Amino acid sequence: MAVVDASEVPDREFEPVYHLYGPHRAGLPNLAVYAKELWNRRAFATEMSKASMRSANTLTFFGQAWLVLNPLLLAGVYFLLITILGHSVGGGTATPMQHFAHLTLALFVFTFFSTSCNTGASSVTTSGKLLLNTAFPRLLIPLGAVRTAFFRWLPTVPVYIVFHFLAGLPIRPHALIALFFLGCIVLFSMGMASIFATLQVYFRDTSSFLPYILRLWMYMSPVLWFADQINGQSAPIQAIAQSNPMFGMVRGYVDFIQDKNPHVHPVVFAISAAWAIGAAVVGFLYFVSRERDFAVRVL
Amino acid sequence: MTTPPTPPTPGSAPDPRRTRAEAERTDLAARVRDVSITYRTTFEKKPTLKQALVRFGRGQRAVSEIQALKNVSFEVPVGTSLGIVGANGAGKSTLMRALAGILPPTSGTVETWGRASTLLALGVGFNNSLSGRENVILGGLAAGLSKEEVEERADEIAEWTELGEFIDMPMRTYSSGMFSRVAFSVAVHMEPDLLMIDEALSAGDAHFREKANAKMEELRGRARAMFLVSHGLGSIKEMCSEAIWLDHGRLMMQGSPDEVVDEYMKFLKVKKTATTTEDI
Repeated sequence: MAVVDASEVPDREFEPVYHLYGPHRAGLPNLAVYAKELWNRRAFATEMSKASMRSANTLTFFGQAWLVLNPLLLAGVYFLLITILGHSVGGGTATPMQHFAHLTLALFVFTFFSTSCNTGASSVTTSGKLLLNTAFPRLLIPLGAVRTAFFRWLPTVPVYIVFHFLAGLPIRPHALIALFFLGCIVLFSMGMASIFATLQVYFRDTSSFLPYILRLWMYMSPVLWFADQINGQSAPIQAIAQSNPMFGMVRGYVDFIQDKNPHVHPVVFAISAAWAIGAAVVGFLYFVSRERDFAVRVL
Repeated sequence: MTTPPTPPTPGSAPDPRRTRAEAERTDLAARVRDVSITYRTTFEKKPTLKQALVRFGRGQRAVSEIQALKNVSFEVPVGTSLGIVGANGAGKSTLMRALAGILPPTSGTVETWGRASTLLALGVGFNNSLSGRENVILGGLAAGLSKEEVEERADEIAEWTELGEFIDMPMRTYSSGMFSRVAFSVAVHMEPDLLMIDEALSAGDAHFREKANAKMEELRGRARAMFLVSHGLGSIKEMCSEAIWLDHGRLMMQGSPDEVVDEYMKFLKVKKTATTTEDI
């Protein structure tokens, strides 16, 4: 296929005036040009995300209250299931309040991940006319959905802080290290949202399967249970639990904030970062390699 | 129009100096070289994994290839208003999307010199639950303007639509003509170098069409080039300085609008009447 490298062409100001559209090499456009255009159009992703939040009334008081109330009720249901009906307080030494604090912290952040996947999955198929009529890097669509999920997660932070103090948990400076794991979860969510968005274009029932997949994924992550609880399990179960990308990320995030295990093994950092970067690279490349199909598939 | 130069050899490496020199050209607005666009589509309205698995068991394929454009080449010098005519399914909208960079070609290259603003079939309408004004801002950002530029122009764009209080109401309450007004207003206020309009005016009323024509006339003087797809052959003759005719993805003819429209009508075997020139 004849391909001319548009990166050799000088850009004038923000908007490259000369455009050269050729066949995509191995399905991929020139990635340097694509990345630059993605950055230049970031205001569009931001505005699209804000607009979707406005249209869903998420910026109003009751809209914000619902964002908190929804996962909080879910945490209440799980708490009831695990601690009262199950007659067990996870981790052995934790008080019911500490268990509830763990549950809310982990559940809130996992809800951010699952919302990213869910809204990311349907983001491309629901933006029909935009795909048909405007040229822009399509990756902005799932990334905008992750931004929306992040801003829907933010109001849960002050609510968690209340439970943190009620559980009598300390606040130490190394809690800031949890931001590293939060960053990993955000990046991982971006990659997964891109993958699910692409799959949804080809298989429109992806979004129907997704809630089941995400529910199973949550059960396999240390959300309803403490990460330390796998220590007593058999080697295969430990291996399966630890092969879950969210295991290390959720564990690091919760342990640093709740000061449970301030000496998280460096391997957990490395594995979390590797999963996040790996998911982003694979997810973005898969999405970009397929995006020329979108305009004709999403009709 | 000039004869298109030989397209680059498939698989050959580009010469950066040549590419840079091409980018600096000022005589051309667009160049399409040996462009073919093939896309795969499914028979199902909404393909699902369930259907794919069922089909897999039966050994059927539900994907068909559509050759929307076949080896199309032409050049558009600066100052041209290019009309594109052809029957339904001729590849007109696909060509416009290729010029706008929405559909990358399967083979060949499309080059454009200047910032493009598109007003393609179906119009804008990013989010029906948002107001027209909010959609104007989204439309501007999608077209590549900065936040400041869009905010500067948002009021002017909203005013031009003459929608009154409707501009601040959700777009799901709009009629198709109101949609057209917002879409057209966004497209023409982007100060484009290349304006691409595809069947955008059909939903508007007489007042709007007159206002839109006047605006296009004004833009024709400022923009580097204008591309107009229309079944209204009278509009093509009136507003364009050049025309091309596409049929089943092939370029049948290029020349003056009068010649092209006459040949196209001969091909369709229809008589030239007031109705046909406007509505074919």
